[in-house]
Amino acid sequence: MSDAAVSVSWWARLRSRPALVTVFALLLGFVVGALVIVTTTASVLDAWRGFFHSWSAPGHALKLTVDNVGAAYRTMFEGAILSPSNFWHALTTGHGWPLALTPLSETLTYATPLAIASIGVGIAFQTGIFNIGANGQAILGGIAGAAVGSMIHLPMVLHLPLTLLAGLLGGVVGGMVPGLLKAYTGAHEVIVTLMFNYVVAAFLILTLLSTALQMPGQQNDISRTIDGSAQLPPLFGASSGLRVNWGLFVAAAVAVFAWWFLERSSLGFDFRVTGANPQAARASGINAKAVIVLVFAISGGLAGLAGVTQMAGTTHFVDGGFLIGNAGIGFTAITVSLLGRNRPGGIVLASLLFAALGVGGRAMQAATGIPLDLATVIQSAVVLFVATPVLVKEIFRLRTAPTAAVQLATKGWGS
Amino acid sequence: MRLELRGITKRFGSFTANHRIDLTVEPGQIHCLLGENGAGKSTLMNVLFGLLQPDEGEILIDGEAVHFTNSGEAVRRGIGMVHQHFMLVPVFTVAENVVLGFEPVKSFGRLDRNRAREEIRHVSQTYNLEVDPDAVIEELPVGIQQRVEILKALNHNAELLILDEPTAVLTPQEIDALMEIMRSLAASGKSILFITHKLKEVKAIADVITVIRQGEVVGTAQPTDSEGDLAALMVGRSVNLTVEKEDVTPGEVALEITDLVVRDDRGLPAVDGLSLSVRAGEIVALAGVQGNGQTELVEAIAGMRPVESGSIRLRGRDVTNATPREVLDAGLGHVPEDRQLHGLVLSMSVADNLVLNTPRRAPFARRGSRNLGAVAQNAGELVQRFDIRTTSIQSPVASLSGGNQQKVIVARELSRPLSFLVASQPTRGLDVGSIEYVHRQIVDERNGGLGVLIVSSELDEVLALGDRIAVMHKGKITGVVDPSTSRETIGLMMTGAHAEES
Repeated sequence: MSDAAVSVSWWARLRSRPALVTVFALLLGFVVGALVIVTTTASVLDAWRGFFHSWSAPGHALKLTVDNVGAAYRTMFEGAILSPSNFWHALTTGHGWPLALTPLSETLTYATPLAIASIGVGIAFQTGIFNIGANGQAILGGIAGAAVGSMIHLPMVLHLPLTLLAGLLGGVVGGMVPGLLKAYTGAHEVIVTLMFNYVVAAFLILTLLSTALQMPGQQNDISRTIDGSAQLPPLFGASSGLRVNWGLFVAAAVAVFAWWFLERSSLGFDFRVTGANPQAARASGINAKAVIVLVFAISGGLAGLAGVTQMAGTTHFVDGGFLIGNAGIGFTAITVSLLGRNRPGGIVLASLLFAALGVGGRAMQAATGIPLDLATVIQSAVVLFVATPVLVKEIFRLRTAPTAAVQLATKGWGS
Repeated sequence: MRLELRGITKRFGSFTANHRIDLTVEPGQIHCLLGENGAGKSTLMNVLFGLLQPDEGEILIDGEAVHFTNSGEAVRRGIGMVHQHFMLVPVFTVAENVVLGFEPVKSFGRLDRNRAREEIRHVSQTYNLEVDPDAVIEELPVGIQQRVEILKALNHNAELLILDEPTAVLTPQEIDALMEIMRSLAASGKSILFITHKLKEVKAIADVITVIRQGEVVGTAQPTDSEGDLAALMVGRSVNLTVEKEDVTPGEVALEITDLVVRDDRGLPAVDGLSLSVRAGEIVALAGVQGNGQTELVEAIAGMRPVESGSIRLRGRDVTNATPREVLDAGLGHVPEDRQLHGLVLSMSVADNLVLNTPRRAPFARRGSRNLGAVAQNAGELVQRFDIRTTSIQSPVASLSGGNQQKVIVARELSRPLSFLVASQPTRGLDVGSIEYVHRQIVDERNGGLGVLIVSSELDEVLALGDRIAVMHKGKITGVVDPSTSRETIGLMMTGAHAEES
């Protein structure tokens, strides 16, 4: 046994790690992105067409390819993480720090609510429950938070926690509806939560147009702005112009809590047992109904917290477009959770990746004219490859077991 | 067909599953491949059936070397395989299943049901295998389903049949019927490769026995050899096949079931006015053909199935319609019939599975927070005490062999304070070494004053373990007899005859 262990090379050991599939999936995602750039940029496509036509040296076409793909990914990197020139300027002159840090600040700002919502979805996945309603629950959190933040006036030490709590409870309520329906009537949570999102989206408009939450003197679907005492303050002060805020710590606390909950708490153990084998869970004395209701309360609560973090940290009000369409972090959370293998640590990394691709994609679009949709293509391709570990393993000759995350996520439907 | 395997070696990484295996099956011969779980029998069969490629060695059919890259090629060369888990479509009819993949068609590709039916009739008459071609698979008993699998192989013109642990899912009567079929197939010239770890069956049917252990052929044996010799060859040490039971005077009543009625999933009364009592320090073995309400009875005791009427009392305490949690807290130890479905979470570690139904009990958790140190310590002790073979207590329980998975359940149930133990099919699918071990543990608990109810479809087990034997038929107890009662009498009672009549 020990002889065999010693003779196994570091590469063999490294390539049997499940996380490696994700890393290679990421790599493949960028390869797919590069192919999309090549096939959609006219000049590059022409150069290759010329090459195949006359069998001239491929140098020109290759150079154009490298230039275009390089420019796209460079501007993406600089827009999402760091521009070396801006950074160097700030480092040598001591000025321009806000400019140098803006990309990172934006990425973290987007990642914060996404990570919180995704962890909520991940906890549900680990319990074998599909919470497709995270977006609706997040919107409810945002509405509840906006109400408490704008219509009650308190000192910050009370007001901010109360606002966050209101958001959390809004999400809990939103989660309990499908939870109770599933536990006591057997209604399928995928259908109920999916439809629930539409109900909430309509509820949002209704609230904004016909209640005291509407901004006074406004006819549009926009809420009052919350008090400064209810806002998550910018991390580096308002004068820095950097949007990254104290919500970051909320997300970090959620991640730590979720890790403890799943790995160390008795209730989390019940959840995981239920997710992995509901029959064994029942035989072991776990109350299935209680688990279903509780997991929806927790998952919905975290989604609500994500919504209120977005509201109190970034927008400071809600309007008819709050978390709707492209901004629907509750939907993105499903993919992010899958990518992070439903584990808090993995989800935090996956959130950062998705946020960086989104933020960087916008910078890329501005700089190169390549549409932002490329970021979506890369995101989707990465998830696609993560969901097909066999393909990735075949391409890179890896030797890992099928990922638990995917098995989990592909279950559920039948139950 | 004459099949010859020469020096077959199959490695998985650094692990050698088969090492230089030689084996010859003559036409019309029933060749038994005997070995414990994990000895490499299934790997060898998968190599032979083209599902795996050997690293070394060759396969010869009638003297000609063959290479199978998939099972289709093996089928075309006349090899048929009946898997342990049937490969049938439950909602299709017998005829549809048998012709699946080789369907006779009419114009426009329509399935020719009449010809399919005729084909089945022809094959079943040739080999005396009675099956209704129009019966739907899911409505057939397991024994008949297996017959359909055999028909399927014969319909593909199999000359060599591989039967992989075919008796594991069968009742004693069905096993007898299968043996009859095997004999008549051999008589008509088919070769049969019969994989098993059950000594009685080997002795009953084999022409030649090849024993493999840890991937190597350790010898050939004759069916006339004693069971003890075969077991010793298979396990690699001498094993004790009879259960030593000291005399223990039973104490007060530990489990009292009165006029119990329990419905099955279809709403029919599966347990129909059953009364039974088991005393402390006594093993009552419940015999019966599967599907006579044993499963529902045990589920009702464990709190997993609602009780319609009647009562269940555990040490005087009423646990009728209690939740599983309440029953567990009342001290019921439960070794479930389907260990992978109800007893284990396969993806979780050995350590977690060992506290699966006591995660909140001190010292495993305090105020909602798990004490993983205590969980690991508990696992370390139990792995040692119950001889659970695992690479680590953190390995997923799925990586363990069937016998060791069962040991995990037995260890978990016996390591907490019990007021009663219910064990359903406690040794199903286990090898001789593990059976011996599990039986010893159960008898030790009974010697320590625990009341035990064993449910088993294996008559050997019932006779070996039971201090009293209760026979169940159609949801009722047809009689409670002494273990010295003859097999024939008990067999008759299983069909509904009462003890005093027989």
